[in-house]
Amino acid sequence: MELTKETQIHMLKRMWTIRNFEIKVMEVHKAGEFVGPAHPYIGEEAVAVGVCSALKDTDYIAGNHRSHGHPLAKGGSIKKAMAEIYGKVDGYCNGNGGSMHLADFSVGILGESGIVASSVPVATGAGLASKLRKKDFVSVVFFGDGASNQGACHESMNLASIWKLPVIFVCENNQFAITTSYQDSVAVDNVSDRAPAYNMPGVLVDGQNVEAMHEATAEAVKRARNGDGPTLIEGLTYRFEDHSLGLGRVTKGEYRSQEEIDKWKERDPIDIHTKKLIERGTLSESECKEIENNSIEEIEEAVNFARNSEFPKPENLFDSMWANPIPKP
Amino acid sequence: MTEKIFAEAINEAIAEEMRRDPNVFIMGEDIRLSVYGTTANLFKEFGEDRVLDTPLSENGFFGAAIGASLVGMRPIVETVTSFMWVAMDQLISQAAKMRYMFGGQANLPVVYRASMAYGGGSAAHHSDRSYPMFMNMPGIKIAVPANSSDAKGLLKTAIRDDDPVIIFEDVNLSGTRGEVSDVDIPFGKAEIVKEGNDCTIVGIAGSVKLSLEAANNLEKEGISCEVINPRTLVPLDKETILNSVEKTGRLVVVDPAHKVCSAASEISSIVAEEGFWFLQSPIIKVASEQVHIPYSPSLEKLVYPNLDKIYSAVKSTLE
Repeated sequence: MELTKETQIHMLKRMWTIRNFEIKVMEVHKAGEFVGPAHPYIGEEAVAVGVCSALKDTDYIAGNHRSHGHPLAKGGSIKKAMAEIYGKVDGYCNGNGGSMHLADFSVGILGESGIVASSVPVATGAGLASKLRKKDFVSVVFFGDGASNQGACHESMNLASIWKLPVIFVCENNQFAITTSYQDSVAVDNVSDRAPAYNMPGVLVDGQNVEAMHEATAEAVKRARNGDGPTLIEGLTYRFEDHSLGLGRVTKGEYRSQEEIDKWKERDPIDIHTKKLIERGTLSESECKEIENNSIEEIEEAVNFARNSEFPKPENLFDSMWANPIPKP
Repeated sequence: MTEKIFAEAINEAIAEEMRRDPNVFIMGEDIRLSVYGTTANLFKEFGEDRVLDTPLSENGFFGAAIGASLVGMRPIVETVTSFMWVAMDQLISQAAKMRYMFGGQANLPVVYRASMAYGGGSAAHHSDRSYPMFMNMPGIKIAVPANSSDAKGLLKTAIRDDDPVIIFEDVNLSGTRGEVSDVDIPFGKAEIVKEGNDCTIVGIAGSVKLSLEAANNLEKEGISCEVINPRTLVPLDKETILNSVEKTGRLVVVDPAHKVCSAASEISSIVAEEGFWFLQSPIIKVASEQVHIPYSPSLEKLVYPNLDKIYSAVKSTLE
């Protein structure tokens, strides 16, 4: 089934937003404009965008440490995302979270976790709530090939399956846990091969193909809303950049070859989708270029917003510690 | 006011809150048949969507409770203190930190009820008194009920609170009887269990009962002790403790946790910092020895606070 024109264009826009957001983050990190680590999502955009474009606003998602792309794909504020990375009060989390906790709850995000696989049980719990209260929302969790080896992941998939929860487990297999290849650390050929052990469908999808990711998700969403339980989707993708900003100095070339990186860059998810849109006549080449340029402008505005936002004040240190505050000990 | 056994008081609090609010549900291992004695009849009354038996996957279902709480439910998780180690990532990385880390966007009305068994030959893997470790981590409220009234009133408050709470349910109190009212007990309000003038004894959980027994016996020797039950450790009602020490000039803290960095350590340090000039003698901690819980009864009984240890502590403050 061909996707609507609107969806196809929407996906291109969102992928460009993420790509240019990340390019800008790398640039301003190099310039020393923010502190702390950040983990670029470049190369993996089709996974977040393909999945989120198949969800409703009322559905929930949870992310991981490499999660700038997920809130942006779900429709979170770009300005607030950038302000959070800058540690400013106008960020999603008022500067308390930063790059690894870039969560916009207003668009159905349940958190991004700096601990690998830690958000998988949390997202499973949102699915449990959906079932127990007979709601129709689904819960999606994005995690990597590294996380797929954590007990939290296995426990959650088993829970979701025995309780038939509307949860979609999306493994973004970018092939490396920092420097460790999934081929050396996952006992089966593909992460999705593990699904039969949890009695759920496991689908291996080309993670560079945004439409394929969308379709696999749409199918999983249908199952979930029908009460048929969870699905494991593995988007096979590739991390174009190093694990985190600054780490490239230490690891460059030692765990993967330039040849391999170049080969994967030929399968850039944005190029693949752009070509399709032009071939189908959905958009002209210049219209595609306009989308790219608009996103650059949009990101520029976000950076200016972040730069102009204030840092939290000392009196804000204890803000949001408790829902019902208690005296300091 | 009616008399209830500790375990019944817990059961009553859960049932009342589940009747009041359809968002409250309970999950844990073997709770439908109430293996630990506090969830009797809940499955019968509330059914399979509100009383969930879980697989042995603490990290998984502790986290699932967090996720459910984020989207509007109020989960109660039943567990055992020693099994919480398996779920530490969810308790610490998520339950304790989420609200702050996300700038207050997340509400986590989740309650973990940890059955705290010790002193009954369960050995090192089933006898943990782990509340001090959680006191060190901001973000989780900690209740330590010392009688039936606390058991019910603190649990009801915990279920209604929008922050994560761990309740340490001292199994040594399970069969004890006490008056229970319908009023929920606020967090951060200590109870003066017995008034006295010579020495303040602060007890934690089951040690309140022990401290009261010690105080009653010491009374016969002409030593008047004031016994305080803090009820919650986070928040801790330090005012009540400091006011008492101001009156008595002496402090003994009785704590079944290991002595190093215990609740007793924290209470002692607060009094040393803020009540030093009230003190007429050094503070004494009567806490568990810094050793694992041995199986053999001849050794296990040496580890925890007992009446003799409290007598000698109180007397030494009076020397």
